[in-house]
Amino acid sequence: MNTKIKFLNHEYKNPIIPASGTFGFGYEFAEYYDINILGSISLKGTTLEARYGNPLPRIAECPAGLINSIGLQNPGVDNVINEELIKLDKVYSDLVIANVGGHSVQEYVETCKKFNNVDKVAAIELNISCPNVQGGGMAFGVDPSVAKNLIIEIKKECTKPLIVKLSPNVTSIVEMAKAVEEGGADAISLINTLVGMRINLKTGQPIIAVKKGGYSGPGIFPVALRMVYEVKKAVSIPLIGMGGVSSAYDVIEMMYAGASLVMVGAQNLIDPLVCKKIIEDLPIVMKELNIDDLNDIIGKAK
Amino acid sequence: MKNVELTITKNDKVSKDIYLMRLEGDCSSISNEGEFIEIQLPNKYLRRPISVSSFSQNHVDILYKILGQGTKEMSNYEVGMKLDVLVGLGNGFTLYDDKKPTLIAGGIGIAPMFALIEYFNKKNIRPTLIYGAKSKEDLVLIDYLKENTNLYLCTDDGSFGFQGNVVDCIKNNNLEVEYFYGCGPMRMLQAISSSFKEGQVSLEARMGCGFGACMGCSIQTKKGSKRVCKEGPVFLSSEVIY
Repeated sequence: MNTKIKFLNHEYKNPIIPASGTFGFGYEFAEYYDINILGSISLKGTTLEARYGNPLPRIAECPAGLINSIGLQNPGVDNVINEELIKLDKVYSDLVIANVGGHSVQEYVETCKKFNNVDKVAAIELNISCPNVQGGGMAFGVDPSVAKNLIIEIKKECTKPLIVKLSPNVTSIVEMAKAVEEGGADAISLINTLVGMRINLKTGQPIIAVKKGGYSGPGIFPVALRMVYEVKKAVSIPLIGMGGVSSAYDVIEMMYAGASLVMVGAQNLIDPLVCKKIIEDLPIVMKELNIDDLNDIIGKAK
Repeated sequence: MKNVELTITKNDKVSKDIYLMRLEGDCSSISNEGEFIEIQLPNKYLRRPISVSSFSQNHVDILYKILGQGTKEMSNYEVGMKLDVLVGLGNGFTLYDDKKPTLIAGGIGIAPMFALIEYFNKKNIRPTLIYGAKSKEDLVLIDYLKENTNLYLCTDDGSFGFQGNVVDCIKNNNLEVEYFYGCGPMRMLQAISSSFKEGQVSLEARMGCGFGACMGCSIQTKKGSKRVCKEGPVFLSSEVIY
């Protein structure tokens, strides 16, 4: 039985990766279990300078998930490389995926260049789809030509594999996927959160301080699955699937749709052990479904 | 932190909308007064972070107020029901035996104070407690508090005890506050932090995870950005920016 996946320039011991923003910088989860079992870790979204993020409340519950509006809070790329990654390296021996956000082409390029020199980083995941920051990437995520141009500029300066994370908040995610492939993206990860909101019924006012945020959790799984499926049919670069994944069954379903690797997001927030459980369940579910090698099922849904 | 299954052995109504629940099982990961637990409710996605009122190796008491659908559902849970709980979350109060303790609670902010009272009573220290609420019916477990603390009560509407806020109640009674431990609405915490020199405050926030992963409850402090769930919920009163 095989769960190893060769993806771009790195072999992942299994396809399970905690999604950016739901796992901090990883090392805190090492208090709860040996995180070396993880396929990789997608780091908290990082920008050139430190960001304080949005005012509170940043969280609103939904029937099958939550809305968040963190606003890319992070200590800045230099701090991430010199402090957070050093702490993570002590408890996680494999390579990680750096997640980069930004406001301008120049900011994205500068941040990517810094991660480009870090051996611990297997690939850079470009967040052009954060719904929570004014001009914070979202503009790059909804206009195919703007996205393509951004990727061209980054690829001029950056040799690490570039994974572009797409927003579902577009008319056609397939058009976006084709554009980033043309721009030179090495892979695509999808989907980011869906823009949503909740209103406090006692006050009649939005719960989230900045009114709206990104909805994630099991409720978005069917939407994410459909988008992974459609994008797989439209591009030839490999995909990382995410959106509401909560179990080993969801992982298999995502891989049939076209994902080579699978990220687990919101579920980490209610079950800190969920990635461990999924990794332990995976061989059992594979046996149940007569799957011998995960590589055999990627994109096999016709 | 530990993920455990706990059994409800008590879920008593103690006022019109406040309940006292006892959960039994492995509570050995709870180590400090002022920590919180997170309960997974069967019909809700996010866990409910709730302050620890009393704890031992094998039990935890929580005092909760019905504020939304989740707590309303909790109030209907029956004895014997099992709940999926994360225990041992957050950094609690640092309690000083050599500083005369003044506990200051507003509304449901009384919840963690029971653990502090137990702690100080075990050390043969009788703490002073100033407990304020909107109205008489919002004050709970008064008999227990009278027995175990030097108790001063106040209500906004004057229906019980001193009429006014906790700061005015302290001044009106000429109480000396050497070191305070506070929990209640932000307005109250701000008032006590600016009125009295030294102390600690326990904050409340809407949380995503409750264990430091999502940054959903990060606040700016005088010592940089901190998470209410991880570095908190208890902070030095001097470091909080109100």
